[in-house]
Amino acid sequence: MAEKSKMVEKESLIAENVNVFYGDNHVIKNVSIVMPENSITAFIGPSGCGKSTFLRLYNRMNDYIEGFRKDGSIIFNGKEIYSKDIQLEELRKKIGMVFQKPNPFPKTVYENIVYGLRIQGVKDKALLDEVVESTLKKVFLWGEVKDQLKKSALALSGGQQQRLCIARTLAVEPSILLMDEPTSALDPISTAKLEELVFELKKTLTVVIVTHNMQQAARISDKTAFFYMGELKEFSPTKQMFTNPKEEITQNYITGRFG
Amino acid sequence: MSKYNRNYIVDKTFQWFAIFCTAFGVLSLLLFLGNICFDGIGRINWQFMTSLPSRLPEKAGIISAFVGTLWILVLTAIIAVPVGVGAGIYLEEYAGKSRLFDFFEINITNLAGVPSIIYGLLGLEVFARLMNMGGSILAGACTLSLLILPVIIVATRESLKAVPKSLREASFALGATKWQTIRMQLLPAASGGIVTGIILSLARAIGETAPLIVVGALAYVPFVPTSPTDEFTVMPIQIFNWISRPQKGFAIDAAAAIIILLLITFVMNGIALYYRNKWQKKVKW
Repeated sequence: MAEKSKMVEKESLIAENVNVFYGDNHVIKNVSIVMPENSITAFIGPSGCGKSTFLRLYNRMNDYIEGFRKDGSIIFNGKEIYSKDIQLEELRKKIGMVFQKPNPFPKTVYENIVYGLRIQGVKDKALLDEVVESTLKKVFLWGEVKDQLKKSALALSGGQQQRLCIARTLAVEPSILLMDEPTSALDPISTAKLEELVFELKKTLTVVIVTHNMQQAARISDKTAFFYMGELKEFSPTKQMFTNPKEEITQNYITGRFG
Repeated sequence: MSKYNRNYIVDKTFQWFAIFCTAFGVLSLLLFLGNICFDGIGRINWQFMTSLPSRLPEKAGIISAFVGTLWILVLTAIIAVPVGVGAGIYLEEYAGKSRLFDFFEINITNLAGVPSIIYGLLGLEVFARLMNMGGSILAGACTLSLLILPVIIVATRESLKAVPKSLREASFALGATKWQTIRMQLLPAASGGIVTGIILSLARAIGETAPLIVVGALAYVPFVPTSPTDEFTVMPIQIFNWISRPQKGFAIDAAAAIIILLLITFVMNGIALYYRNKWQKKVKW
């Protein structure tokens, strides 16, 4: 156990000279980036700039796309995540993901949350109950749904569904949380709640969030990465990027000259 | 005549044409059903349901054909469902894309259109002769399984394909393996379509005559089959046999047997319909 906790302290996510191709399309061009721990990093950039593709490299969600190819290395905890001896399931328990559109399973609220534990073979009812309560509390959903745990998750509102999806991811205790435009399908109030939640999560997690919304990036992130045409153009502390960007193209994007 | 009027008349004409087409189908079916019921409904009684065939029409019954059909139904389901669903899962979820698989795919779809008597000939050669099953229930069920396999495979694949990508991603992202995702997410979500396909194909299987005659089902079975290795007959063959007799009494027996056979298929179709509707209401993304 002592060894394990040491490992947790050293958890790090480093990408080096990563290139991604879809068939002949060169969609990520020589990107290197080190994720700062226990902080929120925002990926911004115009549509098609590769920010979502890059995010999905970290939990190998691009593997299912036809013609996908990558070179360069992505190291998590000192291990190349694209090497043959990596266990994909283990990797994904450590690096969780929340998607653009809320995608709860067509099951009860309860079953949605314990799914990640059930597939690991956890059967202890008391433990599962506890996880459901604690994760729902973490995402500020417990008060709203504690009487509907046995009801279908599809009956919840969009904002509630998205928070449920986050709770479901937290239940397997990841150390990194990837969020792919998590608020793009939500109304402003749900978005505000979700941002507050993400802010809370960074105490224990490293959060990487892709967003189309520059105000959102400015509000919640510690560091911001600006992608353009598959290249990482700038990666700086958020405050600096939004007040005094290094690159002219960043300046043009964040002031709304294109996008 | 103004343009408006002409459009109106064309519109009405087409509407009446469509009504006529619908009525034609429905009325012919009703006429047929009415005719059969008129002839046969009075013949359906306990004696008819529980008697063996006989050379006297009023003593004949359908018990051996009815039990034969049930045997065929159950055995065919036992063979075809796991194989068909398994193959469908493999082709849709595991097999990569390659020319070879494109070739398989086209062929499986084509197999669904092969005339059933061809399957009968295949069954005769492979199951009845080569594998020494003879004209047994097992040989018949194996043959009908081949016949309905393509339908089950295609239904399984289509239903899996209809499951939204987001559901797969959600499961994978939580650390589920492929099999866990298939078993706990994809199959439940696709079950409506799969079950519907299975029931409809089984309903088709019990109406088949030609392949079973070729495999060696008998026209006259004076016993109730009790094991898969027994010889057998099924209801369509029994009906065909009765209709070809000159006595008027056998025509009535045939009509009664047709009512029973239709009832079985209607009930199966009904279950399929009910299941599909229930599933459509339950699953909305």
